[in-house]
Amino acid sequence: MKLTVDHLHITLDRKLILREVNLEAAKGDIVGLVGPNGSGKSTLLRTVYRSLRPADGVVKVGDDDVWELSARTAARRTAAVLQDAGTTTGLTATEIVALGRTPHHGLTGRDGTEDRRAVAEAVDRCGVAPFADRDYATLSGGERQRVLLARALAQRPCLLVLDELTNHLDIRARFELLDLIRSTGITTLAVLHDLDLAARLCDHLVVLHEGEVVAAGPVPDVLTPDILRGVFGVLGRTERDEDGVVRITYAAQPLAVGPHGTAYSQT
Amino acid sequence: MVLFAVMVVAVSIGAVNIPVADVWRILLHHVTGQGATADPATDQIVWSFRAPRVALAALVGAGLGVAGAVLQTLVSNPLADPIVLGFSYGASLGAVLVITLGGLAGLGVSGAAFVGALAAGALVFALGQRRGRLAPTRLVLAGVTVGYVLLSMTSFVQLLATPTELRTVMFWMLGSVAGAQWDQLPTVTVVVLTSTVVLTLFGRRLNALLAGDESATALGVDVNRLRAVLLVISALLTGTVIAVAGGIGFVGLMIPHLVRLTVGADHRRLLPLTALLGAVYLVVVDLLSRTVNRPNELPLGILTALLGAPFFLWLLRRNKGLDTV
Repeated sequence: MKLTVDHLHITLDRKLILREVNLEAAKGDIVGLVGPNGSGKSTLLRTVYRSLRPADGVVKVGDDDVWELSARTAARRTAAVLQDAGTTTGLTATEIVALGRTPHHGLTGRDGTEDRRAVAEAVDRCGVAPFADRDYATLSGGERQRVLLARALAQRPCLLVLDELTNHLDIRARFELLDLIRSTGITTLAVLHDLDLAARLCDHLVVLHEGEVVAAGPVPDVLTPDILRGVFGVLGRTERDEDGVVRITYAAQPLAVGPHGTAYSQT
Repeated sequence: MVLFAVMVVAVSIGAVNIPVADVWRILLHHVTGQGATADPATDQIVWSFRAPRVALAALVGAGLGVAGAVLQTLVSNPLADPIVLGFSYGASLGAVLVITLGGLAGLGVSGAAFVGALAAGALVFALGQRRGRLAPTRLVLAGVTVGYVLLSMTSFVQLLATPTELRTVMFWMLGSVAGAQWDQLPTVTVVVLTSTVVLTLFGRRLNALLAGDESATALGVDVNRLRAVLLVISALLTGTVIAVAGGIGFVGLMIPHLVRLTVGADHRRLLPLTALLGAVYLVVVDLLSRTVNRPNELPLGILTALLGAPFFLWLLRRNKGLDTV
């Protein structure tokens, strides 16, 4: 399903967090949300998975405003893998994956055939099987992220929302997770800190800076030296290699990282 | 089955030991109206004194265990229980006010304890909120602080009490099921069983809460409404149980942890098993309380803590998983 964010405004504690944000992800697209810390990325995600009601503007998944849907109906469409760790001791990997069936359940919360099939598929697809019965608390970072992604897939969503899924993972685990996400074909909105990874995973990028979208479009059009310098405060350039992957080369000289708006050393 | 066996055995042991077979015959006689009973004295000991007492101990243990398990999940804190969150002190204040000042607005001791627990709970949750979202650390600190305030108010009221009232207050605060009577049981049974069943039905959503608030929201759970509902049920449960048995500690804290370590944290298993283990535990503790120093009785609160504290310390040392909570 496609995702449409239209004229979104968010105010928290009278502080404007997001201003006039527009964003679109076509069906099957992977859209990366990048920007420095505090630029409003996670806040934008919260409006999409229906945790934060926008002051103004609309978030549509498919053709429906998510705030017109019930929490359960919205959760059948949108699954999220977030940063909050929660209290996760005592549940096995499979039990965590089964949490993905929560929005599909009736009052008693019994598992039906459909639930078991969805969980088994997700466990299989994300390679959770080898540690399926272990306590989640004993898993490595990469294993945990696989479990959380499997939970999201068990939700059978039309839209995936990912917040820093690959943080703290080694390079192989990162690539494996990215391949996994690509292989699902599900429309995805992903917050990514690592621009190289963003360039590798995403069809489109949206750059947030101080609550506003400052650039959006295909990766090479967005990751320009100007954006790298003006938004991220680093010097660098991008080029597309023979595989079609956009690579960023950062300047080897002292990276003129300073508060936004201060002068950076010349290119 | 185990619970039932323990209960029958507990009825048979006491200041006067009565063979289990006789106990069984007497219980059967009263329940079914069939078969012969024993001599009137034995019959009275079994049916009028010990049976309701053991039944109440089981219900109170079950209720405290379930309330503790739910609260620990509710505030994402493994140390939470009705005492840490101030419920018990609210109930104490309510009960002590009625004992010393007489009925308040038509409330009996039990009713006042219930209102006290609910009021304390509402206050703690109001103070623990920020922008409509619950901050666990803030919540626990609010619970402890509100608990201290309520405790000092309770102490002040005690100063105004007459010696006779003070005895009742002391008895109440230390916790005991010695005064159990059959007519108390229906209400407590209904509240404990209904709460346990209802909370178990919430099991899947409680599990989702383990994933964290934001993740639970993304799983379609209305986290704030769930917390409100669970709070009301836990306060009702705690208030009811404490009202009849007084301030019994550690059951609500340690029984849920023990069950989690054994069968995991899935609330659909955790809650019923916590109820069972809590029931068995408090029946055993009550048995000890009236036998270790017979014919004198020890208050339950003393023994649950004496048995419970070492266990809890051992748990803290042993369980590495707690570090990641």
